[in-house]
Amino acid sequence: MSPLLLNQLAASGVAWLLIWAVVALVVVRGPRTSQLIYGACALICAVLAGLGACALFTPGAGANALELPVGLPLGRTLLGLDPLSAAFATIINIAGTIVSGYAVGYGTHAREPRRVVPLYPAFIAGMNLVLLAQDAFSFLIGWEFMSLASWALVVSDHHSADSRRAGLIYLVMATAGALNLLFAFGLLAGHSEGYAFSDMRRAAGSTMGAVVLLLTLVGAGSKAGLVPLHAWLPLAHPAAPSHVSALMSGIMTKVAVYGFIRIVFDLAGPPAWWWSIPVLVVAALTAFLGVLYALMEHDLKRLLAYHTVENIGIIFIGLGLALAFRASGLAAAGALALIAAIFHVFNHSLFKSLLFLGSGAVLNSTGERDMEHLGGLIHRMPVTAVAFLGGCIAISALPPFNGFVSEWLTFQAILLSPQLPQWIPRLLVPAVGATLACSAALAATCFVKAFGMTFLGRPRTSTAAEARETDRWSVGAMLIFAALCLLAGVFPGVVMDALAPVSRMLLGTELAPQLTQPWLRIVPIAPERSAYNGVLVFGMIAIAAAVTALVVRRFASHAMRRSPAWDCGFPDASPATQYTAGSFAQPIRRVFGSAVFRARERVEMPKPGDTSTAKAYIEVHDTLWEVLYAPVIRVVDATTERLNRLQFLTIRNYLTLVFTALVLLLIVVGIAR
Amino acid sequence: MIRNWLTQLAHAALVLGLAPLLTGVTRKIKARFLRRRGPSVVQPYRDLLKLIRKETVVAESASWLFRFIPYLIFATTWVAAALVPTFATGLAFGAAADLIVIVALLGTARFLLALAGLDVGTSFGGIGSSREMMFATLAEPAMLMVMFTLSLFAGSTELSSISAYMVGAGAVLSISLALALVALIIVSIGENARIPVDNPATHLELTMVHEAMILEYSGRHLAVIEAAAFLKLLLYLSLIACVFTPWGTASVGAGAVAYAVGFAAYLVKLGMLAFLLVLFETAIAKMRVFRVPELLGVALMLGLLGTILLFVSRVSR
Repeated sequence: MSPLLLNQLAASGVAWLLIWAVVALVVVRGPRTSQLIYGACALICAVLAGLGACALFTPGAGANALELPVGLPLGRTLLGLDPLSAAFATIINIAGTIVSGYAVGYGTHAREPRRVVPLYPAFIAGMNLVLLAQDAFSFLIGWEFMSLASWALVVSDHHSADSRRAGLIYLVMATAGALNLLFAFGLLAGHSEGYAFSDMRRAAGSTMGAVVLLLTLVGAGSKAGLVPLHAWLPLAHPAAPSHVSALMSGIMTKVAVYGFIRIVFDLAGPPAWWWSIPVLVVAALTAFLGVLYALMEHDLKRLLAYHTVENIGIIFIGLGLALAFRASGLAAAGALALIAAIFHVFNHSLFKSLLFLGSGAVLNSTGERDMEHLGGLIHRMPVTAVAFLGGCIAISALPPFNGFVSEWLTFQAILLSPQLPQWIPRLLVPAVGATLACSAALAATCFVKAFGMTFLGRPRTSTAAEARETDRWSVGAMLIFAALCLLAGVFPGVVMDALAPVSRMLLGTELAPQLTQPWLRIVPIAPERSAYNGVLVFGMIAIAAAVTALVVRRFASHAMRRSPAWDCGFPDASPATQYTAGSFAQPIRRVFGSAVFRARERVEMPKPGDTSTAKAYIEVHDTLWEVLYAPVIRVVDATTERLNRLQFLTIRNYLTLVFTALVLLLIVVGIAR
Repeated sequence: MIRNWLTQLAHAALVLGLAPLLTGVTRKIKARFLRRRGPSVVQPYRDLLKLIRKETVVAESASWLFRFIPYLIFATTWVAAALVPTFATGLAFGAAADLIVIVALLGTARFLLALAGLDVGTSFGGIGSSREMMFATLAEPAMLMVMFTLSLFAGSTELSSISAYMVGAGAVLSISLALALVALIIVSIGENARIPVDNPATHLELTMVHEAMILEYSGRHLAVIEAAAFLKLLLYLSLIACVFTPWGTASVGAGAVAYAVGFAAYLVKLGMLAFLLVLFETAIAKMRVFRVPELLGVALMLGLLGTILLFVSRVSR
């Protein structure tokens, strides 16, 4: 396929999504029409994913961008898929296809479909536009489109006060983030003749690179959910309907990562060595705090949203390392770190979408998001439980699933960092590695809790006890995601080879091809240094388990009896005596939370003779919110309170004000002259 | 190539055969320290046989996961244990899975075990799972830091290469190595539920962790889980032996005599380590649960310190 045709097709895919958004606005009345729209979205996403994959291996798809006759008077509107765009387009559209397939079943349950369905294709179109854009203008248009469409989806449940609050905070943060990106592009374009990325690239290497980096870190980072700009994320992502949450957490954060890579790696020119330091520090903090926040949650969807924050941290650790290596001319190591980061982008888009879809299935059949009210769903929703378990193992970075491979690659990149010539990164990187290891272990804890409290044990409420398996479309979509998680973990070489054009484009080098390695193993640097073979590890576990099961079956007693739980001889019939989400996290709260969240526990015992119940209180503070956000809100509140008086002045006062303003302006003009 | 495969198979069989014996020996030594006679060293084999012949009782609220997990735990632990070079290096699968993979496989086993603890829906299972995962949040990074230190020395994350480096001429005594050794020992004690972290000999104690998770298991399921626990102890002792006392281990392509020497050396090393473990265990008291994170935190800090020392002292490797 010729590059230009590819770009034309991709652009028309976005146009089709927009057309379907308009169609949906007109036709959607009930479940049938919603299904039609979601089915169309799934098809278009599948085509876009295919186009992205083609473009990855079509040289020149970026150079032959499609020029549209609309746009700013100064600039041109350019749409095209260079390797970076193509890789991300493939990643987000694969997930988009499956999520849309899920929505065919799940979306029919929406109470007010007209508030959700038309915005859904628009949201996907916005994200694809960001990826297709080859100039700053269309990039920002797409970015804002994506923000606003997702904002409207967040507030689609406008009856709930939580949704409205989440929507407000999201809107403020998204606007602030976009403003930063606007300035970043302004700085980049300032020296070049136009807003096209190719012009900016040509003029790259200006002295303002550092400012661009910081602006992008704030702008794209706030969208991705970097601590401390993550505050909106755990509010907004869960507030949307679950398939939209999957898109926001699984995909939209990836578009933000794309924005960061595009600006910092592609447009900002050669990095200085210290650029990696703010990125690494913020990333490590994000990974660690994200998972700790997640552990404190007992709302399933908010837990998942906080976990997105953690994974974004892991991705940015990879990106920070890539920056450090690139600045020191260690291109091969940089390629490894970059591939690790983008591999994790792919993995996270799979398992986070899967987990949000699972939470949607649970929410749909029980009406509950609170894990304290769930339990035992593995009996009632067996297929959802299997898929969800796959996602939990994958996100906990455990072999043989995919999350492990990208973290393994990140660790390999960390182990290369003694090559760095500067002292500060060499001191910093081991600490980052320890944080990464710690957050991986905390993630496993978090997902033992999420799966254990939701699906295992005994049902804690009657709604949980009467849950029903969700519809076939949803189940199918979740199983496909789970299968992809396993496949990407077993055949990681395929993904790494597919990402090679990206590192060639950004760093001018790539890893050795992995698929030519014997036995499908992956060798990031050299075989005697490290290698991982997903097929063999998976095969060995499967064979060992099968052999054990067969041997035990052959030689062991077959007698089996069902009986009440033993529980050390004191079983309690009440499901309330089970461990809850809060009690499961209690050791973590004591070990880590007392410092980070100022967590306190207090037990109020009744006086002797008093028959009232004892009460236990847990106090957990969102320290970051209280330190960073609350003061800002207070200042804004106080200022608006003051300014509010201006509304109630007399006509005389207003005239005085206008006159003073005029005089001041004239003085300013006079001085400026 | 063929030889590597045979070595690999021999390892897989050896760890399986030897693991209960190692536990039997540690129990015997411990009993002697406590001035008891103690059961025979082959008692763990008898226990396993006894368990698989018994009827299995499964709680009514247990799901299918409860019955699958024992085999998965055993399989992952077995694979991990078979990847650690014991008497000879040059394992066929050594190039497929490095030290990070071994740690992660144990992580998978722990993840599944914690889920099994929650499956029946009893309070004891929950206690065990939640505490086990809390210990893991410090023990796992500590283990990875140890791994960082070792692989920075050897320029490889593969155990065979690390072992070969340690026995080779290039190896030097270093503070980082000492720190890594201490950290690894602490992690091993924690991960194997030994005193002072947990007491493998007790049941019905509020401080128990590992035993609380498997409280509902019986019969063949329990046998498989017990066998996995035996394997895990063997794995950690083999790991210490492989990395810190690599002498005698047969290298790739060595003759039959070297293999025999390697085997004898391995048995001696295991015996010594088991003795030291028991000596330490008998000399110390069980710790309160919330003191354990401090101990494991020490391991993490030692590991991190070792790594940072290496990062700043080496230009490149």
